[in-house]
Amino acid sequence: MNTPLSHIRNFSIVAHIDHGKSTLADRLIQLCGGLDAREMEGKEQVLDNMDIEKERGITIKAQTVRLAYTAKNGETYTLNLIDTPGHVDFAYEVSRSLRACEGSLLVVDASQGVEAQTLANVYQAIDANHEIVVVLNKVDLPAAEPERIKEQVEEVIGIDASQAVMISAKTGLGVPDVLEAIVQQLPPPREGDATKPLKAMLVDSWYDAYLGVIVLVRVIDGVLKKGQTIRMMGTGAKYPVERTGFFTPKMIQADQIGPGEFGFITASIKEVADTRVGDTITEDKRPTEAALAGFKPAQPVVFCGLFPVDAADFEDLRSAMGKLRLNDASFSFEMETSAALGFGFRCGFLGLLHLEIIQERLEREFNLDLIATAPSVVYRLVMADGGVQELHNPADMPDVMKIAAIEEPWIRATILTPDDYLGGILKLCQDRRGIQADLSYVGKRAMLVYDLPLNEVVFDFYDRLKSISKGYASFDYHLTDYREGDLVKMSILVNDEPVDALSMLVHRTAAEKRGRVLCEKLKDLIPQHMFKIPIQAAIGGRIIARETISALRKDVTAKCYGGDVTRKRKLLEKQKEGKKRMRQFGKVEIPQEAFIQALKMGDS
Amino acid sequence: MRRDDGSPGFGVYIHWPFCAAKCPYCDFNSHVRHQPVDQERFAEAFRREMAGMRERTGPREVTSIFLGGGTPSLMKPETVGAVLDAVAANWTVPDGIEITLEANPTSVEANRFRGYRAAGVNRVSLGVQALNDIDLRFLGRMHNVTEALTAIDLAREIFPRLSFDLIYARPLQTLEAWEAELRQAIGYAADHLSLYQLTIEEGTPFYALHRAKKFAIPDPDHAADLYELTQTVTAQAGLPAYEVSNHAVPGAESRHNLTYWRYGDYVGIGPGAHGRFVEGRQRIVTIAERHPENWLAAVEQNGTGITSGEQLTSWEEADELLLMGLRLREGIEVHRYEALANRGFEPERLSFLQQQGLVESIGNSRLRATQAGMSVLDALVADLAQ
Repeated sequence: MNTPLSHIRNFSIVAHIDHGKSTLADRLIQLCGGLDAREMEGKEQVLDNMDIEKERGITIKAQTVRLAYTAKNGETYTLNLIDTPGHVDFAYEVSRSLRACEGSLLVVDASQGVEAQTLANVYQAIDANHEIVVVLNKVDLPAAEPERIKEQVEEVIGIDASQAVMISAKTGLGVPDVLEAIVQQLPPPREGDATKPLKAMLVDSWYDAYLGVIVLVRVIDGVLKKGQTIRMMGTGAKYPVERTGFFTPKMIQADQIGPGEFGFITASIKEVADTRVGDTITEDKRPTEAALAGFKPAQPVVFCGLFPVDAADFEDLRSAMGKLRLNDASFSFEMETSAALGFGFRCGFLGLLHLEIIQERLEREFNLDLIATAPSVVYRLVMADGGVQELHNPADMPDVMKIAAIEEPWIRATILTPDDYLGGILKLCQDRRGIQADLSYVGKRAMLVYDLPLNEVVFDFYDRLKSISKGYASFDYHLTDYREGDLVKMSILVNDEPVDALSMLVHRTAAEKRGRVLCEKLKDLIPQHMFKIPIQAAIGGRIIARETISALRKDVTAKCYGGDVTRKRKLLEKQKEGKKRMRQFGKVEIPQEAFIQALKMGDS
Repeated sequence: MRRDDGSPGFGVYIHWPFCAAKCPYCDFNSHVRHQPVDQERFAEAFRREMAGMRERTGPREVTSIFLGGGTPSLMKPETVGAVLDAVAANWTVPDGIEITLEANPTSVEANRFRGYRAAGVNRVSLGVQALNDIDLRFLGRMHNVTEALTAIDLAREIFPRLSFDLIYARPLQTLEAWEAELRQAIGYAADHLSLYQLTIEEGTPFYALHRAKKFAIPDPDHAADLYELTQTVTAQAGLPAYEVSNHAVPGAESRHNLTYWRYGDYVGIGPGAHGRFVEGRQRIVTIAERHPENWLAAVEQNGTGITSGEQLTSWEEADELLLMGLRLREGIEVHRYEALANRGFEPERLSFLQQQGLVESIGNSRLRATQAGMSVLDALVADLAQ
C-alpha cells in the first residue's frame, strides 16, 4: 500500500562543505534503522559513493534515502531524504531535486556561520517554495556561538531561526529533535492523486554495471508499477518498467511507488544520456495531460581540450570518457586535433569543479595521464552578416574581419570574507573586470556581490581568492547573461610558428600582461636548442610580448673512447625516446611538460 | 713509424685496472690495492684472454696497441713486454705500428720509461692534467708541476712520440689563466695534446662535492668560451683539434684512438675492457668483468673474463658510427652511415643545420660538424640520429 500523503515528508539538506551534512544524514539513517551500527561502521559517509565525493566532501549525484520514523504522536511517517549536489556547477540538478521536495534542513556550523555556498543553495530552496528547518550543528564545540549564528541566519537569509534545532551530528546530540522537527515543521506533499494518470519527475539517473541505468523518480500523481510501459515526455522514448523500489539506503524492491513518494526504476535504459534530469515520466497508454514545467537540458559552460600525454592512450581515453558519460550526460566530448598536443578531445563541462572532477576521475579511475588546455568559456560571435556562432575553442576563431562583436558569459558572484582580506579581494575583482553590485556586512564578515566575466573566473580566480584570503573567503556564482566584450585572440608564436594549444581569447586590456607572463614562462620551460628561439605573443599581426631563448653553446661529452660507446648509445636512445614525447614546432621541440606548466598559469 | 692510411683499422686495447690512488673526478674502471699485485698472474691471464679473442677475430693485422687504465705505468716493464709479446703471438703486428702506454708523471714511474721503450712502447701519454700545483692538488694528483715537467723531458728523450693530457674548465678558471697555462703547455708539447673539460661524473667524489655546492664548474657560456679559446690557441700553434678534445700536428694523431672514432674494430683485453669487432658477419660487442680479481678468476677458470656481449643491429651500429665519427674533424663517410641506417639524413633537417653553421659537407662524400657544431655535438648527434 502507498503511504498517505499526510504521512510523507520529502526534504533535502542544504549546507556548506564541512558543515556536517553527510554526518547528519548518517545519523538520521541510523536512528530510523536504515542501517545498523555494524553496517554504518567503516563507512565514512554513507551517501557519498564516489571516492572523489568522499575526499572533497561534496555530492555529485543526487541520492535518496527512505526512512521510517515513528514520531512522538505514535504515528509512523515516511521520510524521504534527498541528498542534492552541493555545488553551483550542478545548479540545475540541484534546482530539480529541490523542486521534487517540500522542505529543507538548513545546516549551519554554529561557529563558522553562513557561507556563500549556503546562501546560494538556501535561496534556491526558498525559490522552490520550501519550508526550512534551521539546524545549528557542532554546538558542542567550544567555539560555537549558536545565538550569534541564529541572528546571522535571520539577518542574512531572512528566515525565522527561533525554532532552530541545536545538534551535534558527530555525537548524536539533538538529532532526534531534527526528526521531530521534520514531521512537525515541514509540510506533506501538496498534491498527489493515485487515481490520476501517472506523472513523475525524473530526479536523477546513473549507470549500474549490473542493472543498467537506474532512474530516481518522484511520483506526483498516479502509481508507478513494474510491468508498466512508461514514456519520457521530453524525449518521447518508451520503456517497460522492470523493477521498482526505493533506497533505505539499501536498494529494496517494492511493487509500486505511489503519489508523493520517491523511488527508483530500472527499465532497460542503455545510457544515462537517454534520461534527462527534470523530464516528466508518464504511462504510455494513459498519459498525463501536461508535463512538469521548467525542463531544460544541461548546457556546458566551460570547455577545455583533454589530450593523452602518451599518444598511444588515445583509444583508452575515448573509452574512459564514454564510460564516464554513461553516468554523466552533462559532460560532452568530441574529437579534436592539435598540432601541439596531437589527438584528443574537446570537452564541455557544467563548470570548473565539474571539469576538475572529470579530469581527476579519468586520471585516477582509468589511470590516464592527461594534458588539459586552458579552460575556455563559450563565446558568442555576432558575425558581420548578422549570424551568431558559438565558439568553444579559441583555435577555431574565424577571421576577425568577419566578426562584428564578441559576447562573453557573465556571472554574479557572491563572496563572503573576513574583513581583513576585503581590500585584496576588491582589487582582484576589479582586476578581473568585475562590477560591484553590493557590499554589505554579515556580522564581522563582508559580503561582496560582483558581476564578473566568466572567462576571468576560469582563469585561476578561485586559487587567487583562496590565497588572498588564506582560505577564509567563500565563493559562489551563477550565470547571468552574455555581454559584449573587447576581446581579442592572443596567439603564441614559437620560432615564428603559432602554437595552437596556447592561443586564448583575452580582454584587450589584459592581453599584453598575460602575453608577457606566458612568454616568460615558456622561456624557462622550453629547453635551449642549438639555435636561438624567439617566443612571441601576438594579436593578429601585432607582437605584444617577446622573449628569446638563447642558443645552446656547450653540450658535448669531453672524453669518449671505446669503452664508453655502449653507454653513450644508450643515452642517445634515451634522448631519441625523450624526443618522441616532445612536440615538434617547425624546428623547435617543445616538451609536453612545457604545455602542462604553461597552461597552469599563475596570476597575471 | 707507420703513416695513417685513413682506414678504421684494428686496434688492441689492454686495460691495467690499478691505480696508486683514485682521482676524485675519475669514473674509469680503476682500483687501489694495498698489497702488491701479482703481475705475472695477470700477464698470464692477459695471454689466455688474447688467445681466446684470437679465435673469435681470426687472423688480423694490428694497426695499434694501447695500454690504458687505471695506471699502466704501474706495470713492470717485463709485464708490458710479456703482454706485447702475447699480442704479436696472436695477430700480425707490423713493425713500427703505434704502441701507446698511459703513464703518470711521477718520478717513480718515470724511472721505468726506458724499460717500457725496450719492451716496444713507442708512444706515451702522460696524465699531466694541470700546470699549477694548487689545481693538481684539487684534482687529487700525486705529482707536482716540477715532477711533471721532468717526466715530460724524460719522455721526449726516450720515446719517439709523446702526448699529455690537461683538464681545464676547472673551478674559477678564467680565460686569461687558461690561455697562459695552455700556451705554456704547448711549449712543452711534442706533437699531440689531449685537452679535456672537467666533467662531473656520477659516482665520483667530485659528484657528491659538486652537488653539495662545495665547488662549481664553469657555466655553459663560460665553458663554451674556454672551448673556443682552446681551439683558437692550439690551431695557431700548429696543433689543431682533430677530435673534440684531441689536438695534434697533422699526421701525429693517435692511430689507436682514430680506430675508435672511425668506428673500426678493436679487441678489449683486461678487466672492464670493451671490444667491438666483426665476428662471422656480425659486429659484436664484448664486455669484460670489471672487478680485477674476479676477472682474473674467471679467466683462470673459464678461459675468458668476458661476461657479456651483444650483437649490434645495423641501426645501433649507425648510431654508434655517428656518435663517434662526428667527433672527428674529418667527419663521417655519409655512405657508410646511410648503408647502416638504411636511410639518409633528412634533407630538410640537414640543410637547416647547415644554414645554422653547425654541420658542413666535405666534398660529396663526407659530413662533419663545424667548430660551432662540435661544441654542441651531443645535441647535434641526437638531432641527426632521429
